Amino acid sequence: MSGKELSEGKKAERRLGLWLCAPAALVMLAVTAYPIVYSIWLSLQRYDLRFPAERQFVWFENYVTVLTNSYWWTAFGVTSLITAVSVAIELVLGMALALVMHRTLVMKGLVRTVALIPYGIVTVVAAFSWRYAWDENTGYLTDLFGATAPLTDRAAALGIITLAEVWKTVPFMALLLMAGLALVPDDLLRAASMDGATPWQRFTKVILPVMKPAILVALLFRTLDAFRIFDNIFVLTSGAQETGSVSMQTYNNLIRGLNLGIGSTMSVLIFIAVALLAFVFVKVFGAAAPGSDDGGKR
Amino acid sequence: MAEIILDKVTKRYPDGALAVSDVDIQIADGEFVILVGPSGCGKSTTLNMIAGLEDITSGELRIDGDRVNDRAPKDRDIAMVFQSYALYPHMSVRENMAFPLRLAKVDKKVVQQKVEEAARILDLTQHLDRKPGNLSGGQRQRVAMGRAIVRSPKAFLMDEPLSNLDAKLRVQMRTSVSKLQRRLGTTTVYVTHDQTEAMTLGDRVVVMRGGHVQQIGSPQFLYEQPVNLFVAGFIGSPSMNFLPAGLEDGRLRTPLGDFPLTDRIRRLLEGGSAPREVIMGLRPEHFEDARLVDEPGAAFTATVEVLESMGSDKYAYFAVEGEAAMAAELEELAAESGTAEMADGGSQIVSRLSAASDAREGAELSVWFDPDKIHLFDPSDGRTLTYVE
Repeated sequence: MSGKELSEGKKAERRLGLWLCAPAALVMLAVTAYPIVYSIWLSLQRYDLRFPAERQFVWFENYVTVLTNSYWWTAFGVTSLITAVSVAIELVLGMALALVMHRTLVMKGLVRTVALIPYGIVTVVAAFSWRYAWDENTGYLTDLFGATAPLTDRAAALGIITLAEVWKTVPFMALLLMAGLALVPDDLLRAASMDGATPWQRFTKVILPVMKPAILVALLFRTLDAFRIFDNIFVLTSGAQETGSVSMQTYNNLIRGLNLGIGSTMSVLIFIAVALLAFVFVKVFGAAAPGSDDGGKR
Repeated sequence: MAEIILDKVTKRYPDGALAVSDVDIQIADGEFVILVGPSGCGKSTTLNMIAGLEDITSGELRIDGDRVNDRAPKDRDIAMVFQSYALYPHMSVRENMAFPLRLAKVDKKVVQQKVEEAARILDLTQHLDRKPGNLSGGQRQRVAMGRAIVRSPKAFLMDEPLSNLDAKLRVQMRTSVSKLQRRLGTTTVYVTHDQTEAMTLGDRVVVMRGGHVQQIGSPQFLYEQPVNLFVAGFIGSPSMNFLPAGLEDGRLRTPLGDFPLTDRIRRLLEGGSAPREVIMGLRPEHFEDARLVDEPGAAFTATVEVLESMGSDKYAYFAVEGEAAMAAELEELAAESGTAEMADGGSQIVSRLSAASDAREGAELSVWFDPDKIHLFDPSDGRTLTYVE
């Protein structure tokens, strides 16, 4: 028997492993693979439920329609802007919150619980409270800032959407980053103090590089999430004044417009955009652990 | 280069726990001092206070005459080697060693030169561009040493730097640490729980227990003149044998038989008020197979329970009937070495016999020992009664 062949016991174990995975794999196929494939199929057709008779396979015509449409690109720009700005702010605030939670000595549990409250509130509920706060008649924040109907002004509305998004997800970011902070050994920080590092140098030269994988995971999660922003915009502006995201556009075409072809095309495009983002994160920034000779890239 | 003085240094944690109490140590310039003791004795806390990683509750720490209690670690010009090595995983060996110099804004060329020199001393030149994750334990340990020596600090602090190495490498590295320290002549404070390391490395050894300094002295002095039961039992391997004994009319009544005190010991006992019940301590090497000795001395006959032949000599273990010696220090030592549960009434004696001895397991053996080499301790407070001023 050659060394590479598996023993009977190993083979049986492997078979058992496959059998144990099978149910989960089947469920995934049913709830994930099928809808994805089906929406790709739909995106290749002219299919408007208002004109069902005109249903027709048109190859990539829908993609051309969407990608040459200025509304789509406006929405894409809005989505990218909100994503970039909110994730950047979330990273800074989340890191600060994570450091606070990590360093807290007294009432650790209470501090962490309080910090997590926004994340525990249903997004739509939170969005409504933001909407009332910025309402032109009843909003206390509107009064406070002396603004008039900020949600009807494009720049202000985008700012409020971003704010709502940041408020909501900073705790999540902080939670992910705190897990990363816990990975930095105390001895490393003590060694850095002995080596002459100031607190800021310890943070930038030791803590950040060591927890880089955790930061990348947090950024990846939040970027993918933020790119699909929908509920905050839906509640706050319904996409008025060109504040709609790509998900809003998809919703408008697919559910309101009943245009299955165009709507599906947009879904597929969002899917591709998100996949690209993930690919870029993993390949370009490298999500491998620090300390390997290949510079963290696989 | 620096002189380090700990003047009544005390550490009390906010919860009231006293970790280190009134520690007085004077470390001369260029000296290699070892802090040794069982876990929880306060040795690492003491080291961290010297480093500035822990606050000093009271007392004064002076480096070269300057009070440094409130100085940040980076302003004390001290380098430290950690048990975990604490190498920065995202930096290459070169960057790790250059880190303290880069923070000190040293000129790039000088940094490179110093790092390469340290790498040469520590035999790390071919590993300079690797990451710590791909180095062996011994190599990582050397990088940690390198990071300490590149900036020529006033002093080195080492916190159990060899504990994570396997036994053989540890012995090897012990020699290189000692050589390196002698070569650089930098004041070094070294913490370990391993008495062998303490004995072989240090110019002077500080034995600590429960936050208190027990005794300070050269390894040989601690070995020959332990001030109390704790130091006597902690220093030396295998450790000193302890037996209960009675003092009566210049004679010592022990489970090994009665024998007269030698003149030297009688003189030592004269000044103080020795209690009638004492604890006798005798090191393993002060026994010998009676057949091989013609000198006068005491002798007893016992059955060899276990015989370990080390080649160069033989360790013979005997069981001794009767009560075992009892004292708080001895219980603590037993708990530390994990032998507390093994005592099933009576006590065991370890003796180191010459390889020529024909001792056999299970057979009776006539054993000689030198009554002038005994140590006597007061069981109530553990203090020695046979200390030579």
